[in-house]
Amino acid sequence: MPDKKPISRVNDFVVRFANVNGSGSASANEMFARAILRHGVPVSPRNIFPSNIQGLPTWYEVRVTEDGHLGARGGVDMMVAMNPQTWDKDVAGIEPGGYLFYDSTKPMPSTKFRDDITVIGVPLTAITNSTYTDPRQRQLFKNIIYLGSLSALLDMDPKLIEQLIGEQYKGKEKLLSSNVHALHLGRDWALQNLKCPIGLWVKKSDKVGDRIFIEGNSAAALGAVYGGATVCAWYPITPSSSVAEAFTSHCKKYRHDPETGKAKYAIVQGEDELASIGIVIGASWNGARAFTATSGPGISLMTEFIGLSYFAEIPAVIMNIQRAGPSTGMPTRTQQCDIIACAYASHGDTKHVLLFPEDPAEAFEFAAAAFDLAERLQTTIFLMLDLDIGMNHRLCRPLKWDDARQYDRGKVMTAEMLEEGRDFGRYLDVDGDGIPYRTYPGTHPTKGSYFTRGTSRDRYARYSEEGSVYADNMQRLVRKFETAQDLVPRPLQANAERPTKYGVIYFGSTSPAMDEAIGLLEARGHQLDRLRIRAFPFHSSVASFLAEHDFVYVVEQNRDSQLRQLIVNENGIDPVRLVPIVHYDGTPITARFIAKAIGDHQDHLKVTPLRKAVS
Amino acid sequence: MTYIAKPKFHHPGLKKNELGYTHRDYEGKISTLCAGCGHDSITASIIEACYELSIEPHRVAKISGIGCSSKTPDYFLGNSHGFNSVHGRMPSVLTGANLANRDLIYLGVSGDGDSASIGFGQFAHSIRRGVNMTYIVENNGVYGLTKGQFSATADRGSKSKKGVTNTDNAIDLVAIALQLGATFVARSFSGDKTQLVPLIAAAIRHKGASFIDVISPCIAFNNHAGSTKSFDYVREHNDAVNRLDVLVGRDPIAVDYAPGTVQLVEQHDGSNIALRKIDADYDPHDRLGAQTFLQKHAAKGQIVTGLLYVDPDAEDLHEHLNTVETPLNTLEADTLCPGSAVLDKINASLR
Repeated sequence: MPDKKPISRVNDFVVRFANVNGSGSASANEMFARAILRHGVPVSPRNIFPSNIQGLPTWYEVRVTEDGHLGARGGVDMMVAMNPQTWDKDVAGIEPGGYLFYDSTKPMPSTKFRDDITVIGVPLTAITNSTYTDPRQRQLFKNIIYLGSLSALLDMDPKLIEQLIGEQYKGKEKLLSSNVHALHLGRDWALQNLKCPIGLWVKKSDKVGDRIFIEGNSAAALGAVYGGATVCAWYPITPSSSVAEAFTSHCKKYRHDPETGKAKYAIVQGEDELASIGIVIGASWNGARAFTATSGPGISLMTEFIGLSYFAEIPAVIMNIQRAGPSTGMPTRTQQCDIIACAYASHGDTKHVLLFPEDPAEAFEFAAAAFDLAERLQTTIFLMLDLDIGMNHRLCRPLKWDDARQYDRGKVMTAEMLEEGRDFGRYLDVDGDGIPYRTYPGTHPTKGSYFTRGTSRDRYARYSEEGSVYADNMQRLVRKFETAQDLVPRPLQANAERPTKYGVIYFGSTSPAMDEAIGLLEARGHQLDRLRIRAFPFHSSVASFLAEHDFVYVVEQNRDSQLRQLIVNENGIDPVRLVPIVHYDGTPITARFIAKAIGDHQDHLKVTPLRKAVS
Repeated sequence: MTYIAKPKFHHPGLKKNELGYTHRDYEGKISTLCAGCGHDSITASIIEACYELSIEPHRVAKISGIGCSSKTPDYFLGNSHGFNSVHGRMPSVLTGANLANRDLIYLGVSGDGDSASIGFGQFAHSIRRGVNMTYIVENNGVYGLTKGQFSATADRGSKSKKGVTNTDNAIDLVAIALQLGATFVARSFSGDKTQLVPLIAAAIRHKGASFIDVISPCIAFNNHAGSTKSFDYVREHNDAVNRLDVLVGRDPIAVDYAPGTVQLVEQHDGSNIALRKIDADYDPHDRLGAQTFLQKHAAKGQIVTGLLYVDPDAEDLHEHLNTVETPLNTLEADTLCPGSAVLDKINASLR
């Protein structure tokens, strides 16, 4: 018996699988997460993987959370330790009173265990080897066998797992039945030899509702399909590659002409990020909706073109799936570290529109909206995802589309308008919103052509190095950026129950951890109003929020508090009133971290009156 | 420049092409390049080729990078959209533009700095993808706009205006284009309009990646003794393998050529190229032979010009990607968006 009381919890615990990458564990682990969802219990899984294909450690963490806390929690209640390389660290990481599940085929010295945890050994290799002879089968089915054992230990309904296997191997009867067989091998062994269930229980509930389970990258790619993107150019880079790959597979399903079989899209894998953004800009200049997906290093390479997009006013959509930088950084770890790099990308005075989705559902919506915004504003729109949202399955509300919605193609002067004698100046601000009209190449035999260039020019696109002409254009670009403020998604504010002088600003993938942290902070007696920023340029409500609070915490996942810098810079406010709360070790931010950081700061702020202190 | 206005009036008797356009309708703004610049001759040749082909001027998209050569699209086809993009990046911008609307004619204008140095990769990849375009390099062996530094096409041993000898090996863009699968490859000389104009016309009519390397002496920085890109040097070492006539809508049989001197090439669009052979043994359908021929002559210091390779049945990127015939930029939500019913099914599959 462990010298600490075993953890006993229903639908609220963290299971972590330690595997070797390339061992086929990912699909079994994902099935574990999905099986819990089928019990009506929300889960939040996360892949923690190296920048490598085979042989290095990888982890899959499943937070089982009836309350629907989808952020990472921190800590592990049950470790499924399948990787000898990381054994010591994995065992050390288990919460006191937690559980260790391992392959007991080979005896382990007692020093390899801990006294304060429950150790559960299942002879996985022995079971596997006595059943299968093919080495690859042994490896793959071992994963399903541990899934079976876990189902018994956690009191899961095996029928729900069988159902998932049935869906996965539909039409492949042999694989289906052999997987079900493996599942029961593990389950039966556990039922016969172990005390089942343990203190961690999965109990059927109804907390999932109609929510869907999808990776942010796939949702963003689907947003591009729905948003009418026809040209995609990209260069492989983790963690963004799956955006283009998902776009390809969505297009294969939904974008072929039923009669001719021809493609209503063009996807080019560029030779590098420069070519990718070049293709996007060429296509957008010519009136197609085009995008690229990349990550930090790709953004660095694209910056010259991003400046061209800003200055020559050519639409572009860039999906930046952020990872830990600088340089190659930690390519498979998450951060929100490209805020400044994207907001002010390129040389000279530039500013760009950024969108910050919090989950796959918003990634879908904002991706589709990005194409409208890019064509309306005739500039680059960044969709700022990160690895945590992009590459993990996340429970989110179902994706929605209004069939009456038309694409906003922005201000495009047609041949008819030119024929009517409309005055066409490519950089002429006719409506006072800073947005000029453009024409597509080939519109009219004698009217509406212009020469696009990255050099300065006048309102009629004629080359000019006159200072006043240049400044006039730069001022119009400022007006255009002001117009953008009211077009981009607005911040969402949620106030504390009682009026408070304290606020917190956050964005993107921090959202679920922040929501959970608010509960923890309230329990400590701290009341905070929340503002979730969803886009840059900042809406005027950001300034109001700052004005209404004495101190505002800015929670983000980078070292230098980049969003805070942007807020200070753009709003011209006293930086002292903005308290940075930063998390940047490459793991997703947790509610525990936020609550502690803000809670500690709040405690410091509570000045004890002097008289009371000395008495 | 903004302050140089070009007069619009012209002689009433100016000849018109089939579409009723005169030569002047294919002109652009007044060139700001140096007087005598080879690039201006290429501009004139492009104007001539487009006029002769009776192309609607606005159906051409002119795309360039940065440099003297890349400024020239402002000086021809004034009713076309032009795009003076980023240094070395014309090929990617052109590729994207071409994907968006397959119905326009794409003319990429670049220089040797643009295509052989900073944009060498983009040059290579646009060729190997088979983008349907006419890619012209106005090759003078120097960086003109920054006043005379060697470019990567400068021959080893050639001298700069300041007397420095180039010690780096030269990149031959024609050889690279052949190796990468360009389906129309030519070299010409800005000082030889009779050769250049039909080459440009044939390249425009070609479907697939057409590449023309035009040696175009820089009058300001590379036209001295010791340069291998000067007017004198190129004239002395020009080894033309053929001269051609582009025959659009004319029965090639009706054209009077001496027997055995002409090779007819029917292009994909039905137009014909009549190649008047100068070198009797040169076969422009032999990619490998062309590469060997070029290297042998280069070793002798000769500059081989003419139509060096053509594959009249070439495919282009759109065929590789199997894209719809309708330009992608005209498609709207009704054909692009799968709609809410499909989305409901997708949602259901994600539970």
